[in-house]
Amino acid sequence: METTTDITWLPVCKTTDIPADGGACALVEGKQVAIFNFARRGEWYATQNLCPHKQQMALARGMIGSTGEACEPKVACPFHKRTFSLLTGECLNGDECSIRTYPVKVEGDNVYIGWEAD
Amino acid sequence: MVPQHLPTVVVIGNGMVGYKFCEKLLAKSTAFNLIVFGEEPRVAYDRVHLSEYFGGKTADDLLMAPLQWYHDNGITLHLGDAVQEINRDARTVHAHSGLVQPYDYLVLATGSSAFVPDIPGVEKAGVMVYRTIEDLEKIKAYAGSAHSGAVLGGGLLGLEAAKALLDLGVAETHVVEFAPRLMPRQIDDAGSQMLQSKLKALGLQIHLNKATSSIGGEEKIDALHFGNGSILPVDMLVISAGIRPRDELARLAGLDVGLRGGIVVNDEMRTSDASIFAIGECALHGGMIYGLVAPGYDMAEVVVSQLTQGARAFGGYDMSSKLKLIGVDVASFGDPFIAVPHSRSIVFEDAHSGVYKRINVSPDGKYLLGGVLIGDAEAYNMLLQTVNNKLALPPHPEDLMLGARGGEAAEGAGVMSLPDEALVCSCEAVTKGAICAAVTEQSVTTVDAMKKCNKAGTGCGGCVPLVKDLINGTLTAQGAYIKNVLCEHFDYSRQELFDLLKINNIRTYDAALDHFGKGDGCETCKPALGSILAGLWNDLIVKQHTIQDTNDRYLANIQKGGSYSVVPRIAGGEVTPEQLMVIGSVAKKFGLYTKITGGQRIDMFGAHVGDLPDIWEELINAGFESGHAYGKSLRTVKSCVGSTWCRFGLHDSVSFAIEIENRYKGIRSPHKLKGGVSGCVRECAEAQAKDFGIIATEKGWNLYVCGNGGAKPQHAQLLATDLDSATLIQYLDRFLMFYIKTADPLARTATWLNKMEGGMAYLKNVVVNDSLGIAADLEAEMALLINTYHCEWREVVENPELRKQFTHFVNVPRAKDPNVEFEEMRGQKKVKAW
Ligand code: SRM
Ligand SMILES: Cc1cc2nc3c(=O)[nH]c(=O)nc-3n(C[C@H](O)[C@H](O)[C@H](O)COP(=O)(O)OP(=O)(O)OC[C@H]3O[C@@H](n4cnc5c(N)ncnc54)[C@H](O)[C@@H]3O)c2cc1C
Ligand code: SF4
Ligand code: FES
Repeated sequence: METTTDITWLPVCKTTDIPADGGACALVEGKQVAIFNFARRGEWYATQNLCPHKQQMALARGMIGSTGEACEPKVACPFHKRTFSLLTGECLNGDECSIRTYPVKVEGDNVYIGWEAD
Repeated sequence: MVPQHLPTVVVIGNGMVGYKFCEKLLAKSTAFNLIVFGEEPRVAYDRVHLSEYFGGKTADDLLMAPLQWYHDNGITLHLGDAVQEINRDARTVHAHSGLVQPYDYLVLATGSSAFVPDIPGVEKAGVMVYRTIEDLEKIKAYAGSAHSGAVLGGGLLGLEAAKALLDLGVAETHVVEFAPRLMPRQIDDAGSQMLQSKLKALGLQIHLNKATSSIGGEEKIDALHFGNGSILPVDMLVISAGIRPRDELARLAGLDVGLRGGIVVNDEMRTSDASIFAIGECALHGGMIYGLVAPGYDMAEVVVSQLTQGARAFGGYDMSSKLKLIGVDVASFGDPFIAVPHSRSIVFEDAHSGVYKRINVSPDGKYLLGGVLIGDAEAYNMLLQTVNNKLALPPHPEDLMLGARGGEAAEGAGVMSLPDEALVCSCEAVTKGAICAAVTEQSVTTVDAMKKCNKAGTGCGGCVPLVKDLINGTLTAQGAYIKNVLCEHFDYSRQELFDLLKINNIRTYDAALDHFGKGDGCETCKPALGSILAGLWNDLIVKQHTIQDTNDRYLANIQKGGSYSVVPRIAGGEVTPEQLMVIGSVAKKFGLYTKITGGQRIDMFGAHVGDLPDIWEELINAGFESGHAYGKSLRTVKSCVGSTWCRFGLHDSVSFAIEIENRYKGIRSPHKLKGGVSGCVRECAEAQAKDFGIIATEKGWNLYVCGNGGAKPQHAQLLATDLDSATLIQYLDRFLMFYIKTADPLARTATWLNKMEGGMAYLKNVVVNDSLGIAADLEAEMALLINTYHCEWREVVENPELRKQFTHFVNVPRAKDPNVEFEEMRGQKKVKAW
C-alpha cells in the first residue's frame, strides 16, 4: 500500500487515542479527519469528519458497525443516522452524497493517515 | 414460449381465490405452465369490498391485480370464456369458445352463485342478486327509479345489500327474513334485537318470521306476497338468501359432490380425482362450505404446497366475522352460541346507547370460547386473538369487553387503520400509503430498507416506531410471519434479549454479539443493547461508551452545529436561590445560552465538547448532579406546589415528586420516562400527560400510567386509586420494571400499552394483582437499579482517562472545533444558521 506514489503518511495520533470500536477526530493539515478503530475486526478506517447531510462536523462521534451479507463496515452520523460505507464512503441510505475516505495504517502504537498531495 | 416439459396447471375461475392461488403459486415456483379460465368479463376483483362500488370505487379500484400482471407473470388468461366440460380420461377442459386445453393438474375455483329460492315470480324484472359487478350495475340502474325496495334475507350479505339500497337513495328499504331474528347464524337473540333497533334507527324496516310465497307483478315486480296472506308492495327486490356452490362442472365430470352441493375435497383439497383440486366457495370440506375469503386463501396455499412437494393440509377455519359497512358495529367470534353447561356467558347490555356484548367463557373461567358484539366491536380483534390463541383470561374476564369500551383496545390494528394519506414521516413527507406500498410492491420489510426506498424515518427519526408498525402491519395483512427482531445483527426481540442476557449473565455488548448475534453490530442494536445492559446491571454507561448514541456517549445533548447542552437535575422543579446563582455563574463563565425547559428545570446550551467536564465539575461542586436529559431514562417528575402553599392542596406533592424523581434517577429504559405529581384534581402538574402521574385524593394518591405528550398525545389511564405512598411506590416499581423488561426499543409507555395484548386490564392485573407471579422479582430488580445509582458526570469528572475523551481533536486536545460558531440574540448567543 505504501508504495502508491503521491501518498505521504502523516503520523496523527496514538492507537490509544481512538476508543475501541469507536472513532475520534484529528486535525490533519487543517482538515478534520474522522479515524475509526474497528477493534472487533482489527481494522482501521478514516473519513472526512463532515457529514454531507446537514454539514455537521460529527462523523467521528458516530457509531460504527457493518451491514449486509458481506459485512460492509459503516459509520452512522449521530445527527440523523445517515450511514456511510467506511470502505467506499458511499451513502448507504437515501441519496446523500458520498464522503471522502483516507488510507490509514498503524505501526507500533502510531496511527498514520495517507495524505495525497493536492 | 413456455417450454413443453413444464407441467400444466389449469385454473377454472378467476375469482378472489383463483387469483390468490396464481399469486401464491408464482411466489413458490415458476416451474408450471399456468392457464386460467374466467367466466366473468373482467379479471379477478375484490368481492369482499364490492359494496364500495356504490361508494365511489371503480371496477379498476377493486381489481386484485391489473391485467398486465397476468402477462408479466406468464399466465395465459382466457376471460369471458367459461369452461363447459372436463374430460378426466383425456385430461382436457373444453371451453365455451371451443378451445380444448390439456392439463396435468386442474384447480376448480368456481366459487358460488347467489342462491335463488324457488319462489314463483323470481324471473320478473326488478328481481336481482348481489354477487358480481354486473349485478351491482343492474341494481344501481334500477334503484334510480325505485321508490321502495326489499332485500330477501337478513344475514350478513343481506344487511350489506340493504344498506347499499339505502345509500343508493331507495327511500323505503325493507329486509325480509324467514327466521325469527336477523343474522341467525352469527348472533344470538338478544344481540339480534339490539341490532334490529339500531338498523331501524338507520331507516331500515325489518320483517321477521316472513315466508315469501310469491312475487307479484306483471312483467315487473310490484309486491312480495307472504305465507300469512300479507303483502308488501315494493319496486325492486335483491335476493340474498345464501350461496350455492358452483359444482355443476364437477357434477358433470362425475366427481363426488355433497348432498346439498359443493365439491367434496379432502385435507389436501383434492377431489375424488387426485389430479383435480377444488378451492374457495365451491369446495366442501368436512361437510362445510366456507363463505369467507380467508379460508379460501388458506385452501389456495394448501394446493400450492401440494403441487410443490409440500405437506400442508387444510384444517378447517374459524368462521368469526365482523360485519362492515352497515353503519352499526356487528361482530361474532369463536362460538357465539355455546351455553351452559359447556360455558358460562357474561352479558353486557346498554339499551340507551345500543350496545350489546356477550362473551362465552369456559366453565373453569380460564378461556374465552366466543361471543357477540353489537354497537361497539372495537374489542373484536383482541377478543378473536384471545379465542384463537387460547390466551388465559384475567380473573375478571368482563374487563376484556368492558375495558375495551374505555378505549383500551390493542393498537396494532390502530396503526393500520390510519388513512392512506396520513403523514407518517413529516420530515420527508412520506405517507402511510407510500410506506405500505413500499412493503407490498417493493418488498421492503425493514426500517433500513424503507429509509433507502423513500427516506421515511431518515429525518428526526421520531416516526421510526410507527414505520416499523406499519411494515409489520402490512406484512401481517399479507399473511407473512413477523418476528419483531432488533436488526440484521440480532434475530431476537428486545424482550427476548433481555431475558437471554440475564440468564446467561452477559455484561458487555461484545459478549452479547458473540453469543446471540452476527456481524459487527450497528447504530440500532448498539444503543438497544446498551439500554438492556443498563436495565439489567446498571453498570457505568461510560464504560462501554462507543455503543451509546452520541448523547449518552457524551452525557449531554448534541445540538445544531455540534455543541452540547447541559441540564442538571432539579428534582421536582424545586431549586434554591443559591443553586440558581451557581447555574447563572457557570453559564456566564462558559458562555452558555440559558432557558427554562418544559420540564421545570434549566437548560444551558452551546457548550463545546471539551468544556463539558469543567462545566460539570463546577455544578457538582455546588451539589448538582446529571439530569440525564441525554438518556433514555427518567427525565423529570413535574410537581405542582401542593399543600405546603396552595390553598387547595391535599398533600405535599413537591416532596413526593422529589422523592420519586430521586428514586428512579439514572435508570435506563426503552425510551425516556416522565412523571408528574399534582396536589389535587386541578392537576397543575399535568400528571395525566406523563408516563406515570400521581394525583392526590382525600384518601391518598391515584396512580395513572402510560400517558404521553409529544407527537401523539394520549392521556394516562388510572391504574389504582387511593393508595398510600408506600403502596404507590411498590406499584410504580413493578410498573416501571415491567416496562423496562418488555417494551420494544424506543417505545414510550403509551405505545407499549397500546400494543399490549389485553391492554390496561392486563397491565393492571400484572401490577396490582400479580397475575404473572413476578411482582417480587420486579421489585427486587428495581431495587438493584436504585441501589447502584451513580452520577455519570461525577464518574467522568473524577477519572482523568475518561476526561481525555472529551475533546474535539485527539491530536490538538485544547483546540475547539472552529466550525462551531455563534451569533447574538436578545442578549444571549445562538448557533449560526446552518
Ligand atoms: C429542552 C426541552 C425544550 C424546552 O426548551 O423546554 C426539550 C428539548 C428536546 N426534546 Fe423534548 N424537550 C423538553 C420537554 C419536552 C416535553 C415537555 C415535558 O417534558 O413536560 C415533551 C412532551 C412530553 C412527553 O415527552 O411526553 C417533549 C417531547 C419530546 C419528544 C417526543 C416524545 C414522544 O414520545 O413523542 C422528543 C423526541 C424523542 O424523544 O424521540 C423530544 C426530544 C427533544 C430533544 C432531545 C431533541 C434532540 O434530540 O435534540 C431536545 C433536546 C434539547 C436539549 O439539548 O436539551 N422531546 N419534550 C425540554 C426539556 C425538558 C427537560 O427539562 O428535560
Ligand atoms: C357483497 C359481498 C360481500 C362479501 N363480504 C365478505 C366479507 O366481508 N368477508 C369475507 O370473508 N367474505 C365476504 N364475501 C364472500 C367472498 O367474496 C367470497 O368468499 C370469495 O369471493 C370466494 O372466492 P372464490 O374465488 O371462491 O369465488 P368467486 O369470487 O365467486 O370466484 C369464482 C369465479 O369463478 C367463475 N366461474 C365459475 N364457474 C366457472 C367456469 N365454469 N368457468 C370459468 N369461470 C367460472 C365465476 O364467474 C367467478 O368469477 C362477500 C361476498 C359478497 C358477494
Ligand atoms: S419541540 Fe422539542 S424537539 Fe421540537 S424543536 Fe422544540 S425542543 Fe426541539
Ligand atoms: S447531519 Fe449527518 S445525518 Fe444529518
